[in-house]
Amino acid sequence: MNQKQKSKIEVTLMYLVILITSIIIFYPLVWTVGMSLNQGTSLYSSSLIPENFSLEHYKWLFSDESDYLLWYKNSLIVSISVAAGSVIITSLVAYAFSRYQFVGKKNALYIFLLLQMFPVMMAMVALYIFLNMIGMLDTLTGLILVYLGGQIPFNAWLVKGYFDTIPRELDEAARIDGAGHLRVFWSVMLPLAKPILAVVALFNFMMPLFDFLLPSIVLSSQDNYTLAVGLFNFINDRFANNFTRFAAGSILIAVPVATVYLFLQRYLISGLTAGGTKG
Amino acid sequence: MNHNSNNNFKNHNPNIATILSIIFAGLGQLYNRRFLKGTIFILLELAFLVTLFDTINFGLWGLRTLGTIPGTDHSIRLLVFGVLALIATIILIALYVGNVMDARNQAKKIKDGWQPKGLKDTIIDFYDTAFPYLMTVPGLLLMIFVVIFPLIFSVLLAFTNYNLYNSPPRNLVDWVGFENFKELITVPIWQDTFISVLAWTIVWTVVATTLQIALGLFLALIVNDPRIRFKKLIRTILILPWAVPAFVTILIFSAMFNDDFGAINRDIIIPLLGGEGIPWLSEPFYARTAIILIQTWLGFPFIFALFTGVLQSISKDWYEAADVDGGSRFQKFRFITFPHVMFATAPLLIMQYAQNFNNFNIIYLFNEGGPPVRNQNAGGTDILISWVYKLTFETNNYAMAAVISLIMGLIISGFAFYQFRQTKSFKEEGEL
Repeated sequence: MNQKQKSKIEVTLMYLVILITSIIIFYPLVWTVGMSLNQGTSLYSSSLIPENFSLEHYKWLFSDESDYLLWYKNSLIVSISVAAGSVIITSLVAYAFSRYQFVGKKNALYIFLLLQMFPVMMAMVALYIFLNMIGMLDTLTGLILVYLGGQIPFNAWLVKGYFDTIPRELDEAARIDGAGHLRVFWSVMLPLAKPILAVVALFNFMMPLFDFLLPSIVLSSQDNYTLAVGLFNFINDRFANNFTRFAAGSILIAVPVATVYLFLQRYLISGLTAGGTKG
Repeated sequence: MNHNSNNNFKNHNPNIATILSIIFAGLGQLYNRRFLKGTIFILLELAFLVTLFDTINFGLWGLRTLGTIPGTDHSIRLLVFGVLALIATIILIALYVGNVMDARNQAKKIKDGWQPKGLKDTIIDFYDTAFPYLMTVPGLLLMIFVVIFPLIFSVLLAFTNYNLYNSPPRNLVDWVGFENFKELITVPIWQDTFISVLAWTIVWTVVATTLQIALGLFLALIVNDPRIRFKKLIRTILILPWAVPAFVTILIFSAMFNDDFGAINRDIIIPLLGGEGIPWLSEPFYARTAIILIQTWLGFPFIFALFTGVLQSISKDWYEAADVDGGSRFQKFRFITFPHVMFATAPLLIMQYAQNFNNFNIIYLFNEGGPPVRNQNAGGTDILISWVYKLTFETNNYAMAAVISLIMGLIISGFAFYQFRQTKSFKEEGEL
């Protein structure tokens, strides 16, 4: 009986902890939804549960007055290009590193591992000057190229680690049947490595979508802004006045992204664990 | 006939091939009677001498002097060219060494009586050896330009006097050796700022990351308890902060913590505690507290998800054995759960520390590193990385920004070193 009571108290306490955590998690999210539905653009007069529900901010985002759709489009262009490009480049690099012996292979792997740790930030002055010199400053192409180059060290390791687990017998069998280097890559390796390539694509789709630092260095004109930079500048100057519109804009990003995340969380975690423990 | 030719090749001397190919790329190959290859190498070296030699020479000159005529020579452009020329030189030297090795090895093979294959087979052979290089070249080129070159450039910048008042095209930038480092340690305003920013960076990294790991572990243990129901729903809720884009949540929190109209003061602090509310954004101590709390909110779900996966993979046998031995719940946690979880995730947890060390987003988006602090040129919540950003884009003190980047790089190398030793597949690679 005593044991049972103790257990009951414990379970109640655990549910209580979960409840409190859930409230802390939901509070800012619900608050933002509430803000976005308030009438008027002033944060001073807004409240958590709006007195007058209105969708005016959402309508405003889609009107000609705002650049929101343009930023959305820019972000999608960057994200899709980086996701597609990174899968192609890293799988080729990882294939060479996993299946071939060549001069400089080991040193290159060391360098990759070291470079993973350094943030782009450290090199931003150089990137800024360099992009300026080759005329790629304030272009989406420049931004995409920087992302593509920067993701190689981490993702090459990730994909190489996965390729290493694919038995070599498979590609040797294909070789005996007369398949060339590229044929083995295309018909044996790629189909088997689909899960990890999906993870790479997902990471590299999300990363530019969330990143603020690099686009804020590279992009300077309103027309080229991605969502993160656009929304930051949108509320930076007129904080209190634009907040309700900002809230509406945030929700239109957060809802699709969160949905995708919750559906794919298992793959994301498996990808990260593979990267951390296997290589 | 065949016998004869074999005898001829007995006199084939690898040393001659080596020396010839050192004198001029391709000569060694000609000596080896690889006429096509030899001709291609000779043409390549000629093309290099005609087109690139001057450029590279100019680049290296620029790197040495950073220009000599103020107003005409643009030091920073010269530095960019110089670094690129340096990288090109290293690659070319590697290629040249490759050419010499190729001539020597082939000469040795010929001496041992190896018969050269036909043109078609040679091309196939070439394709086979070159294939891994062909696969990696596009990626490596991109990496050289956007990662390696900028890093070298930043390191070099730390040893110049490039800043707003001394910048091209009007002035020349010069090499100043360790002058900037001395200034950082001896000039009071730099010294004060550096020490307080570094101290806060360390506190921030350790406290914020440890808190998010502890909370993640605690919640993972609770939700994993067999008596808890609705596990799937609870897990989805707890992962939610990870699913919402971080820049969105940080900006929202920044509004909620606002001193004047923020919801935290207006709806929670003032009704409960009374008074004027807490100066979250204008008082360094409160700003720092707020930032740590926000990062815990943002960061624990990932750890939670990670630990949940590991907890489910721990075999039940361990716990049953512990029950037989009469182990208490704390002992089970201390000797089974905790070591298991930590062992499986250690590299990822180290990565979390490294990430927070470099966590620019939260510092800058929350309060732009503010509030300002007297007698310092960094804000109260600025960590090293956001300070570098400010030095670069607000005060244009490029040289000092590079110095601090370099110091950050050294600290990060510590993390990297640990990672080197941990990564399993690298160890496997070592055994190859």
